[in-house]
Amino acid sequence: MSSLVSAPAVHSLWTTAADPISKINAPKIEYGQLSPTLIVIGAAVLGVLVEAFVPRKSRYYVQAFLAVVALAAAFAAVVGLAAGGYGTTKAHIAAMGAIAVDGPALFLQGTILLAGLVSIFMFAERRLDPEAHGNRVDSFAAQASAVPGGDTEKAAIKAGFTTTEVFPLALFAIGGMLVFPSANDLLTLFIALEVFSLPLYLLCALARRKRLMSQEAAVKYFLLGAFASAFTLFGIALLYGYAGSVSYATIASVVDGSITNVDPALADTMGNDALLLIGMALVGMGLLFKVGAVPFHMWTPDVYQGAPTPVTGFMAAGTKVAAFGALLRLLYVVVPGMRWDWRPVMWAVAIVTMLGGAVVAITQTDIKRLLAYSSIAHAGFILAGVIAMTPDGVSSVLFYLVAYSFVTIGAFAVVTLVRDAGGEATHLSKWAGLGRRSPLVAAVFAVFLLAFAGIPLTSGFAGKFAVFKAAAAGGAGPLVVVGVVSSAVAAFFYIRVIVLMFFSEPKADGPTVAVPSPLTMTTIAVGVAVTVVLGLAPQYFLNLASQAGVFVR
Amino acid sequence: MSFPLLTATAALPAVGAIATAAVPAKQRTAAKWLALLFSLGTLVFAAVIAARFDPGGNQFQLTESHAWITDFGVRYELGVDGIGVALIALTALLMPFVILAGWHDADPQETGSSRWRPTQGFFALILAVEAMVIVSFEATDVFVFYIFFEAMLIPMYFLIGGFGDRAGPHGEKEAATQRSYAAVKFLLYNLVGGLIMLAAVIGLYVVAGNFSLQEIVAARANGSLHMATSTERLLFLGFFFAFAVKAPLWPLHTWLPNAMGEATAPVAVLITAVVDKVGTFAMLRFCLQLFPNASKWATPAILVLALISIVYGALLAVGQRDIKRLVAYASISHFGFIIMGIFAMTSQGQSGATLYMVNHGISTAALMLVAGFLISRRGSRLIADYGGVQKVAPVLAGTFLIGGLATLSLPGLAPFVSEFLVLVGTFTRYPVIGIIATIGIVLAALYTLVLYQRTMTGPVKPSTEGIADLRVRELAVVVPLIGVLIFLGVYPKPLTDMVNPAVQHTLSDVHKKDPKPEVEAAHK
Repeated sequence: MSSLVSAPAVHSLWTTAADPISKINAPKIEYGQLSPTLIVIGAAVLGVLVEAFVPRKSRYYVQAFLAVVALAAAFAAVVGLAAGGYGTTKAHIAAMGAIAVDGPALFLQGTILLAGLVSIFMFAERRLDPEAHGNRVDSFAAQASAVPGGDTEKAAIKAGFTTTEVFPLALFAIGGMLVFPSANDLLTLFIALEVFSLPLYLLCALARRKRLMSQEAAVKYFLLGAFASAFTLFGIALLYGYAGSVSYATIASVVDGSITNVDPALADTMGNDALLLIGMALVGMGLLFKVGAVPFHMWTPDVYQGAPTPVTGFMAAGTKVAAFGALLRLLYVVVPGMRWDWRPVMWAVAIVTMLGGAVVAITQTDIKRLLAYSSIAHAGFILAGVIAMTPDGVSSVLFYLVAYSFVTIGAFAVVTLVRDAGGEATHLSKWAGLGRRSPLVAAVFAVFLLAFAGIPLTSGFAGKFAVFKAAAAGGAGPLVVVGVVSSAVAAFFYIRVIVLMFFSEPKADGPTVAVPSPLTMTTIAVGVAVTVVLGLAPQYFLNLASQAGVFVR
Repeated sequence: MSFPLLTATAALPAVGAIATAAVPAKQRTAAKWLALLFSLGTLVFAAVIAARFDPGGNQFQLTESHAWITDFGVRYELGVDGIGVALIALTALLMPFVILAGWHDADPQETGSSRWRPTQGFFALILAVEAMVIVSFEATDVFVFYIFFEAMLIPMYFLIGGFGDRAGPHGEKEAATQRSYAAVKFLLYNLVGGLIMLAAVIGLYVVAGNFSLQEIVAARANGSLHMATSTERLLFLGFFFAFAVKAPLWPLHTWLPNAMGEATAPVAVLITAVVDKVGTFAMLRFCLQLFPNASKWATPAILVLALISIVYGALLAVGQRDIKRLVAYASISHFGFIIMGIFAMTSQGQSGATLYMVNHGISTAALMLVAGFLISRRGSRLIADYGGVQKVAPVLAGTFLIGGLATLSLPGLAPFVSEFLVLVGTFTRYPVIGIIATIGIVLAALYTLVLYQRTMTGPVKPSTEGIADLRVRELAVVVPLIGVLIFLGVYPKPLTDMVNPAVQHTLSDVHKKDPKPEVEAAHK
């Protein structure tokens, strides 16, 4: 004990009891390289404080301002890191092996931040709903805890309450999404998964109109999401049993046989292929759930329909980007050595996802459900690129995710504009003749639909071409044929909406198009701009994506 | 760097489309004149292309090449051969007449909503189609061609679905339903064709590594690019399927009668005379040159399908009760001739097919536009509703007759030359098919003359009374077209001189020579 007492820096007793002091390494955290995540999480924490200390009247402005500034600053940090070469030459593993700072991570973080920024604009929109008792209202419930239709709710509406917590919640979700594709060990992956999922469950429940549906969606999302998380966690445990480590690099080394023995305590299970296969399957299941791939897609239509539309747009884009990023890293970094095992399975998943999403979408009568099924079909197209297992495959997926995110957010932003007395008019029959009444809004929506359908000169075509090209070059020719067939099926229902908008007679009691504030206009304008630019001149962004196409290990 | 003439020719109508769409709602007439002006400007540019093109020079001239999407191996490459020049000239020539003929087709019925601007939209869409068609004729990069080939569907779709004849036989509402059905059918057929082609385009990239027509042809010729037989055949089928839907070839033709029947006459002309030509043109330019061996392999089957198209289209045309659908089925028959000429793999056959594309465009335009004028007077497309029109409107009847005679390939009018060439070209290699194809000519005489007889001759029906003769605007559409038909019928040399060298190039890429004449062979 005397030697311990004489040690100059004893921080805590329990560490000193376990090990001699000389063995402790202070964790080395590269704060600069983690700054995008830290800024967003920091702002989210600040947002919680704002909620507690700032007077109710000014909370909305402070929160919206804080969120926008934080996202812009984090995006600037990502650009700074990328310019500093962290995406290419200086790519490495930071934070004691927990976080990868490399091309795909930075590219996806940039995408998530921009998508988050334009989504926050939709969150902050307060001109669409008619004023309630002289107060401008947004898309979120006046008081989340009030029973729908109860007296408390009426009182809350009358008092002009708004749920400004949505801003910190969204920031927490974005923070989790930023970590998810860059997580470099399984525990970080799991924590990131929970950090972005929990706020999303809450956000889903906060719709101002149709609150019961919104709450139902949230419960479904939460229950199924909890299942998926549990599967993931179980898979992580099995993988730990297999490799004796949760670090991606170590697992990969055990898979390819360069490490045979890590932990004597795990000598019985190490290298047991059954553990590896089941563990990978379970972790993969959790990720495919987040991606919304068939057969793990059941939550998608209900949640997309029930959630407040700004949240739907945000979640549809952000979750997909983050989850595909994590899936790519897992498949390309951890288990490239066993591609012969997982590729056939992913082939099957991709095929049923493409076909299933496209076919079921045909029968939908609600625009939000339709977009939900279309997002499932798109998950299938992206999976085709994931399967390629080439640098081209990675960059094509990255490009597709950018193209898809902005089309999706833009499309949902348009959905928020079309309203009748009951709020958003999402039933397709109400969209009849919209092109006659509001040619501009209908034309913008048509652009998004054409991009979804993959018509040339839109971003959707460039993205689809990129992933199919990568898939074909990677030897997945039949997958391309299935993709092309399901694109044709998918085109049918996108076109059906266009027919409805332009060639049907408007109904007398049809919805009106609300005139939004510059916030939603910006969201839609950014969506259109990205769609057109990525369609006409994708080269710059393809370059960016292919420079970012290499994972650090 | 020289002036990018080809880009400018395609860009001019595109700019025109944007300008027309931007005209304020009240200034409808200004929008029309603006559209007409831009289409005339494009015609001037097309004339400059024709003048600067040297038929004896390189295969592709006035070429432009810029990097576009290097990641996909795509270059913005344009160039024209004689076939391309002829078809660009056809497109640019027809557009002003299409616009003039459709002058009142998109006038809004009610002046209620000030934001709904159908007139501006109609003419902007027509110009947009023109721009995309011209790029398709110019593109020597497969990817560039594909993009515009596909993108063209969208404005066409709105033209068909958004602007039909005012009153169909079953009232306004039924007409709107039919129109929407026709538009969706058009889009789905062509989209499926296009997507299957997309798979083949990607396959071509995987095999060849780039999309440049000239590079791929050169690489195949010098042996540096080898394609497995089965790969080549699959890719060929992927490309051909899309073009056969567009052309359209039996049994992929069923969208055409719907689309032409429901669209206004000028839009129907746009479909059959201009847009569908991209399909047959692409068979010549891409199918034959990229996949020569597979083309030869598929020739027998394609000739049979073309033959079925010729006879089947003509037979159904005989049985039609609707004027516009009759012209549509006649067109299917004619497209059968064009495809037969292309795949006969003789120089007469392919020259004839190219001339056929041009002449069919002009003759169908003449017939269809006059038919459209007639229909707009009476509001009915049914043949049975007319009779004795030549007594009340002799000029209309006369021009209709000339259009009809051109369609049945009367000697002295332009289509005769091309049909004769196609038949001769086919006969020298495939005599039986050539002979059967002549049935199509006999049937053409039947459906055209019966149509004329039923609508124009005989006693004046009560419903026909009071039909006004052609107005000045309508004469301005019809007379020049008839003039061109007669001129090219008597003196086709300028066109053949332009086309023949290009056809020789194509044939040499397919390694086919014309069969020697029998008599000469017997002498030796």
